Amino acid sequence: MDNWTFGITMMVCGMGGTLLTLFIMSLVMSLLRRLFPYKKMEG
Amino acid sequence: MEEAIIGGLQGLINGFVHLDWRSIVMIFVGLLLLWLGIKKDCEPLLLVPIGFGCILVNIPLSDVMEHEGFLRTIYDMGVSNELFPLLIFIGIGAMTDFGPLLSNPSTFLLGAAGQFGIFLTLALALGLGFPKLDAVAIGIIGACDGPTAIYVTSRYAPHLLGAVSVAAYSYMSLVPVIQPPIIRILTTDKERNTIMGTMTGQVSKTTKLLFPLVITVIGGSIAPKGLPLLGTIMLGNLMRESGVVSRLTKASENEIANVVTLFLGLSIGATMAGEAFLKPQTLLILCLGLLAICLDTVCGIMLGKVLRLLSGGKINPLIGAAGISAFPMAARVAQKEGQKYNKKNYLLMHAMGANAGGQVGSVIAAAVMLSVLHGMGII
Repeated sequence: MDNWTFGITMMVCGMGGTLLTLFIMSLVMSLLRRLFPYKKMEG
Repeated sequence: MEEAIIGGLQGLINGFVHLDWRSIVMIFVGLLLLWLGIKKDCEPLLLVPIGFGCILVNIPLSDVMEHEGFLRTIYDMGVSNELFPLLIFIGIGAMTDFGPLLSNPSTFLLGAAGQFGIFLTLALALGLGFPKLDAVAIGIIGACDGPTAIYVTSRYAPHLLGAVSVAAYSYMSLVPVIQPPIIRILTTDKERNTIMGTMTGQVSKTTKLLFPLVITVIGGSIAPKGLPLLGTIMLGNLMRESGVVSRLTKASENEIANVVTLFLGLSIGATMAGEAFLKPQTLLILCLGLLAICLDTVCGIMLGKVLRLLSGGKINPLIGAAGISAFPMAARVAQKEGQKYNKKNYLLMHAMGANAGGQVGSVIAAAVMLSVLHGMGII
């Protein structure tokens, strides 16, 4: 694989993959916050 | 008799006889690192053992890095097999409160943007002629996360370990110097003045307990090659949040982290032998590492600006600069810069959220990178 293909693949898959993974994580954590809301008793 | 005495005396001066210019330069580099750590308080926990290890390995004929040398033993024990960075990660997980991130999960995205410098620098390093895996190791400096950089470099480009580690830890400590000018150039007065108000969202214990488990399963499934990184930081955090293994949590964040930090620093210093370190490419790596962290900051601020637009002006783009992994320096920089323009602007907790997102982000970026490399058949 030439360096050009490698570099572009890493940029697209790397940046895209990181953003997508963290986006999914933010969605899941938002959902969990709604499912298990903070109750004053916990404080 | 005379011969024996002359031979014995020669043994005492052999070290000086074999001292070449590279050893002398590297001993001064070691002294410089010690000075930065001791006098300037730049990451002293790492720079002091690194600097001393650098001096030790550059004293001729000491054989500390030869077979069965004590630094070689430490190196083989935990750096060549990536154990030390992972043990450090358990400690980091045990020390980190991800509460501010969980209060506002959208800040995960800022943690993603804060890693883009990794991939941009990787492409630039390739353009400058570095081999593929060397470029990966150089790019990972942009994770702004010492253990991650060491984990990836020790595995795929061990000959660059000294330069990459020194760059990663030095630039992490220089974040308060590197970021403010970039923030001022990229943001307007109006943006910097945006008041975000106090963070109100409390997080339940159940959510805090589920966080490390969910992140491990999702992240590990997407990027299994980075699971050791992700799994260890999340194990540390689970122990912290569970509250039932306080002895293990304390040991992870204190005794284990301290001992491993000492061994890790010495081992990294031991890779800085003159003949391996004093090359033009080392200087290039240091420059690219600096560029990587600048690009991280730029990308974080730009995504902060986008989020500001999408939120109707409710988000201060300064917190985007905190999306890198340097915890908590980057969050403090955002808070300090925000207060410079508006004394009523308390960005710290919001920036802490982005900063914690950056910690997860740097690990995810490395994990994604390794899995993409594996998918392409490079590793």
